[in-house]
Amino acid sequence: MAEFKHKHIIALRDLSKEDIELLISTAESMREINSRDIKKVPTLRGKTIINLFYEASTRTRTSFEIAGKRLSADTVNITTASSSTTKGETLADTALNLLAMKPDIIVMRHSVSGSHYFLANKINCSIINAGDGAHEHPSQGLLDLLTMKDRFGRLDGLKVAIVGDITHSRVARSNIQGLTKLGSKVFLAGPPTMMPPGVEKLGDVTVCTSMNEALQDADVVMMLRIQQERQGKTLMPNAREYSRYFGLNPGNIRLAKPGAMIMHPGPINRGVEMSSSMVDGEQSWILKQVENGVAVRMSMLYHVCGGELE
Amino acid sequence: MADDHTVLMDGAGIKRALTRIAHEVLERNKGVADIVLIGIRSGGVLLAEGIAQQISVIEGWDVPVGAVDITLYRDDCSGQLPHHPVGKTDIPFSLEAKKVVLVDDVLYTGRTIRAAMDALMDFGRPKSIQLAVLIDRGHRELPIRADFVGRNVPTSQKENVQVVFDGLNQPIEVVLEK
Repeated sequence: MAEFKHKHIIALRDLSKEDIELLISTAESMREINSRDIKKVPTLRGKTIINLFYEASTRTRTSFEIAGKRLSADTVNITTASSSTTKGETLADTALNLLAMKPDIIVMRHSVSGSHYFLANKINCSIINAGDGAHEHPSQGLLDLLTMKDRFGRLDGLKVAIVGDITHSRVARSNIQGLTKLGSKVFLAGPPTMMPPGVEKLGDVTVCTSMNEALQDADVVMMLRIQQERQGKTLMPNAREYSRYFGLNPGNIRLAKPGAMIMHPGPINRGVEMSSSMVDGEQSWILKQVENGVAVRMSMLYHVCGGELE
Repeated sequence: MADDHTVLMDGAGIKRALTRIAHEVLERNKGVADIVLIGIRSGGVLLAEGIAQQISVIEGWDVPVGAVDITLYRDDCSGQLPHHPVGKTDIPFSLEAKKVVLVDDVLYTGRTIRAAMDALMDFGRPKSIQLAVLIDRGHRELPIRADFVGRNVPTSQKENVQVVFDGLNQPIEVVLEK
């Protein structure tokens, strides 16, 4: 059985196929804990985890906090609105000060892509990326892979359509890395203004010229949120026009395979990237994604604690 | 076979031992009422199924069999050692007020059993926990003993005892490696 040797999890790009498979299989075993009456195991007793969030988050932060607590670690949450960042402290200074309190793991979300690599060179505890700018969101990528594996029993050979604002999406990047390493085929669709040049070089990735082309015979349809906070004003005329060309609805879902899974990383702009009937319909796996998030994050916390300093 | 490799029990011997343990479990508990078997992954689960099969032959009753993975309860997890793969714990029934027979292949330091008991307690309050092992090789580091033993084997701490299973998960032999 493979051993997990990484001290940090910053990007699925840095992990091998075997690393990703181990993280997913551990999550499958961890899942049972979440359905017990007593949802706690003593594994990370005495470990301290700091959740350092420089950007808003509901799902990811809560999920990491619950994951840490179910493994008996002590978790502390810091959101920048209530921290010294508002007084002008730099990221490096904040990190060094937190480090003086001897945490074992820092889980960080930051708006600057690559900020975790910058920190990893300065600190001696584990660091887990909970989303950095438009780079990666590895825990989301892993929970998406786990959810697809739940549905199909495999990832090899799946056709996955990812639709929306690819340029600004760290979820798309982590999924592309994970899916292509595990043998899925990725089809991207979105407005040309939201499609990063050269994205097809990341692996078995096809850039489609229309949403219909991407949806054709897809096993999985992953819709992305329009990230208005990261976009300038000029990327799309308005939400209604976006929805007409790149929104998922009962009409165009018929192009995908019957019973195709519909996924979305949340939060959803209902009526923009997908209609409400798609969000709440039978093909939607969106809440299962959230449920799987806790087990995946338990697996990540568990494995970085056993990893070696690189 | 090389000198550093001794066969302690063969498949037929293992089967006889499991049959005797099944009888002893029934005798001690005066029948099958409230008995559940929980095997410790991975060898213990297969042996628990073997004992359940024998109980079924003797009493005509299928006792529930569950599996517990102790990785998350290990006492050597907090260091910086690479972590062990986590197997699935699968106990699809309540342990409340049940007589649990915990089954493992080899009893050694007792630390695995301590971890397994902690795990079981998280699933409820059993009426009792009894321990059945195929091999007791001594060298306990905790105050733990087995209620049902297939065979006691004196060993040195340098040696290794393994129960070998075939591709159909049937136990075929117990070997002592020097």
